[in-house]
Amino acid sequence: MQSYTKVTGTVGPLDRVNVDTDQIIPKQFLKRIERTGFGPFAFFDWRYREDGTPNPEFELNRPGYEGATILVAGRNFGCGSSREHAPWALEDMGFRTIIAPSFADIFYNNCFQNGMLPIVLPEETVNEILNRAKERPGYQLTVDLEEQTVSDEEGVVAHFDVDEFRKHCLLNGLDNVGLTLQHQEDIDAFERRRSPLLPNAKQPAASTQKEPVHAR
Amino acid sequence: MPKTLFEKIWDAHLVRDAAGEPALVYIDLHLVHEVTSPQAFEALRLTGRTVRRPDLTVATMDHNVPTWDRSLPTTDEVAQQQMDTLSKNCAEFGIPLYDLNSDKQGIVHVIGPELGLTQPGMTIVCGDSHTSTHGAFGALAFGIGTSEVEHVLATQCLSQARPKTMEVRVDGQLPDGVTAKDIILSVIGRLGTAGGTGYVVEYTGEAIRNLSMEGRMTVCNMSIEWGARAGMVAPDDKTFAYLEGRSHAPQGKAFERAVEHWRSLATDPGAKYDRAELFHANDLVPVVTWGTNPGQVVPITGRIPDPKDFKDDADRRSAERALEYMGLQPGTPVQEIPIERVFLGSCTNARIEDLRAAAEIVRGKQVSRNVYAMVVPGSMLVKLQAEQEGLDKVFKSAGFDWREAGCSMCLGMNPDILKPGERCASTSNRNFEGRQGKGGRTHLVSPQMAAAAAIAGHFVDVRTWDRKN
Repeated sequence: MQSYTKVTGTVGPLDRVNVDTDQIIPKQFLKRIERTGFGPFAFFDWRYREDGTPNPEFELNRPGYEGATILVAGRNFGCGSSREHAPWALEDMGFRTIIAPSFADIFYNNCFQNGMLPIVLPEETVNEILNRAKERPGYQLTVDLEEQTVSDEEGVVAHFDVDEFRKHCLLNGLDNVGLTLQHQEDIDAFERRRSPLLPNAKQPAASTQKEPVHAR
Repeated sequence: MPKTLFEKIWDAHLVRDAAGEPALVYIDLHLVHEVTSPQAFEALRLTGRTVRRPDLTVATMDHNVPTWDRSLPTTDEVAQQQMDTLSKNCAEFGIPLYDLNSDKQGIVHVIGPELGLTQPGMTIVCGDSHTSTHGAFGALAFGIGTSEVEHVLATQCLSQARPKTMEVRVDGQLPDGVTAKDIILSVIGRLGTAGGTGYVVEYTGEAIRNLSMEGRMTVCNMSIEWGARAGMVAPDDKTFAYLEGRSHAPQGKAFERAVEHWRSLATDPGAKYDRAELFHANDLVPVVTWGTNPGQVVPITGRIPDPKDFKDDADRRSAERALEYMGLQPGTPVQEIPIERVFLGSCTNARIEDLRAAAEIVRGKQVSRNVYAMVVPGSMLVKLQAEQEGLDKVFKSAGFDWREAGCSMCLGMNPDILKPGERCASTSNRNFEGRQGKGGRTHLVSPQMAAAAAIAGHFVDVRTWDRKN
């Protein structure tokens, strides 16, 4: 996994609350079997007009936000479906950093799995960043994960919290599966303690071919 | 120290709990479907890893399967490729698969319980946010992303920070015509779409105890719609009766031993939750969503709200945008809103009890001539059972389309979608913009309310249904 240390980039303001993963990557694009190439389809229904040309009304299509790498949005960002295609699409579109007053749990987890950093800041601070980015297209921020700061050319805008372990993994680009596989012995030991009554997906406990109907 | 249901399951599944690291939690059952798994299997191949416990892993195809006659080919080549990829992956790694040829295929959250794979006290994950459904059995069940799917395939464990706990207590008795769907939509309406973020919720109280297993699944299913990590209901005699005799449930003496253990899982008296919320079932009414998130609900007797009445600036703008998308005017009585489509289906409301309840409403009546209505059973077993009970005939003679099992128009990944501007009464779980088709307008309701709307051509109060017809 690519490590995340310090990023400076243009802010893309998306001043909407409850941006759900269906908006981030609509379902018609979930049929791909690859992890890459979702960027052009991010925010598809908002981003393009019927004829496929960019919708000038969409915030991120406005002049000055080309090449934005830090997405700033309203609260409860990434709610809804667990589709990891959402962070894949955002990353492929150029965003490795997302700032919002709050995130939905699964989306938040999914970001870290892909070397992306979701940052929670107070709503007033997020609104302030949104206003600056809207007033000054091209407004840039620097995110320093080691220092846990967000700053602009005038100085530090905010400090943010991040779980120490997640920070460690991001800074070093660690692979979660690899980390867990270091604990094979613990897993083996746990499996020896597991109840034999627990279901086995390959071997039904009953020979009945048909499930009983649930009585009225 | 008294413990909650969640704490008992969590503590019993800790493989490793070291300071400064997330806990490593063992997973008893991993459900897999075609959309969120291909990249995970590919990653296993690229890293030379394998599936640790194919015997604790089950796959089915549900998200993008066509719901028309199974003898007809899939017309969507990309969807077909995704299904073929799942077949190939399951064969390569030895994972049991219920594919389109199986008489047990269905929505992953319907077949898990139906086959007896979902049991109290288990940890269950799936690359799908509605995995919370399985919590109805007193299991800890939640949705994960594809990287975590890969993690569970390779290690049968997940790294997890310990979530907080919340009790949502629903006291009293539900009035006639008010359903499990109305409970959960009312909860979301009051607590907000992010109200449960960071929590595992246990639903308690008389109204929850009185729900059938199907009703409890509906409630737990939509936990994610208000941000909760998982939803749970303590197992009881209803849970055990549902499981007894199912093919993957323990049999005979082993079943008795299992029940003894399952009974010990309920939250101990005096155990503390991090947060508690109280609802009174007697106050609940049938509700309809009016906007583009599941928290935007209004009683069936109500009117479309005016954005001006929202105090919070972001909420007001969100309401304005929602009304514009939904093509609705503030102040419109909900019962005067005409609909063109009805979708009876999804992991929220496509189990046998849902179909029975809807069939009672439409029996002997005709779908409005302005409405196209479809029933998509949650699984092939639900479909079979409904047909054995003659429900298919009730629906078909009323003018409903009777389909094969799958997720279908809940998320519109298959050919079942709304056209732009079409308005749908749907028993599914999300009313997001474009969820059921670009430009489609979704109103979430209970199966009874959807069935009544199909007949009337507009929303109606099911509590007055018999009198009016």
